[in-house]
Amino acid sequence: MTPQAAVKYAYYPGCSLEATAREYDLSVRTVCEHLGIKLAEIPDWNCCGASSGHSTDHRLACNLAGRNLALAEGMEVDIAVACPACYIRLRNAQNEMKQDEKQRDELTRLTGLSYNARYSTRHLLDIICNEIGLEDVKDKVVKPLRGLKLAAYYGCYLVRPPEIVAFDDPENPQCLDALLGALGAEARDWPGKVDCCGGSLSLSKREMARRMVGELIDMARRAGVEAMVTACPLCHANLEMRQDGADGNKLPVFYFTELVGLALGIAEARSWLKRHLVSPSGLLASLGL
Amino acid sequence: MQYFDKNGVAAIETNFATQVKEESGTELNRCYQCLTCSLGCPSAFAMDYLPHQIVRMVQMGLREPVLTSSTIWVCADCQACATRCPNEVDIVRIMDVLREISLHEGLVKERGVADFHRIFLGNIEQWGRQHELSLIIKLKLRTRDLFSDVPSGIKMLTKGKLKLLPERFKEIEKVREIFRRAK
Repeated sequence: MTPQAAVKYAYYPGCSLEATAREYDLSVRTVCEHLGIKLAEIPDWNCCGASSGHSTDHRLACNLAGRNLALAEGMEVDIAVACPACYIRLRNAQNEMKQDEKQRDELTRLTGLSYNARYSTRHLLDIICNEIGLEDVKDKVVKPLRGLKLAAYYGCYLVRPPEIVAFDDPENPQCLDALLGALGAEARDWPGKVDCCGGSLSLSKREMARRMVGELIDMARRAGVEAMVTACPLCHANLEMRQDGADGNKLPVFYFTELVGLALGIAEARSWLKRHLVSPSGLLASLGL
Repeated sequence: MQYFDKNGVAAIETNFATQVKEESGTELNRCYQCLTCSLGCPSAFAMDYLPHQIVRMVQMGLREPVLTSSTIWVCADCQACATRCPNEVDIVRIMDVLREISLHEGLVKERGVADFHRIFLGNIEQWGRQHELSLIIKLKLRTRDLFSDVPSGIKMLTKGKLKLLPERFKEIEKVREIFRRAK
């Protein structure tokens, strides 16, 4: 275990991390332990409402996210979120409740919890890059991901809207590229890093999602990469499921925490990757990783 | 005030822009049709009206065509339009408000998307958290589209990516109270 004092966060995994993105949750918990980030899961957290909440009922969305914020406030630490779609919902609700006493009162009436927006809500990519720092990560790398050419894919909610969520540039973010560099991999410049994959429409408008994913995959391939890297469970599922082509020819998609795990030499990392629909094992084997 | 077309159908409702402006809290009259939103919209190819056209139509009070459009439902909620708007018109909030009104008044054109949202929220009300397997099954039954995605669904099950049962949730009544207030 790491000798340095651990930084503590209230962990909000979000629903996807219990099922389709189980490997993201496993890799987040293990990697954070190795990096000295102490995560305590928010007890009895509920779904943030995601796109469906705010798309159809603004106050419902605010209260669903608000209950989690209030539960976490009771833990008296900042929140660490894994899923960018949850991250934007929590940040949005926090922002609104900070300014709107009526909304805070309503939350208390409905849930019996008080909330005063005293702590901040952060994404794990932000925490790893800016709180732990790339130098510390680099020091812990025992198995550099040499030769692995990657497209850092940020998607929407890590960068937009900047006044609510962004900890990096909204049009040309760099933190994930820099993290991948610190792991010894090569993050290629490519034009799709903040384009939308259509994840919110993946189940309701399949053909739209397929076209949007197709455009991203084409852009990534043109940049000469062998895999994409995401911090979002919805992007991951969508990029894997809506990608055309024969199984052996699809572009693998990693969670950024899985790659941190591989580079840190964590043995379980292999078992996370077995859950992918597009297997990255051939690619890793070809590079001796 | 309403203006009628030659068939007696309300074509223009002058209070529509005010309603959307108030509910979204965004000054939509600042839009000067620069098209930045539409040029960066990843869903534009599937829209019947482009985002800048929707804003213009709201300004003009074209209530019905806006509320019955595909656009408001095929918007992927990617936030690029509002982020890039040079006049700080929060098109994302405008789209949210338009969906709410369209749903409330039964004017939804893209039933499949609205059904998805309804089933998604219904699961949260029932279990507190999203349960992806039942979301997929309910959606398939609702749309009678039973066979698409079956191979990837089976693969997900065998890889442990879909949990068979929802998580146990302690204070489900608190979550249901949030839903009751919303109704």
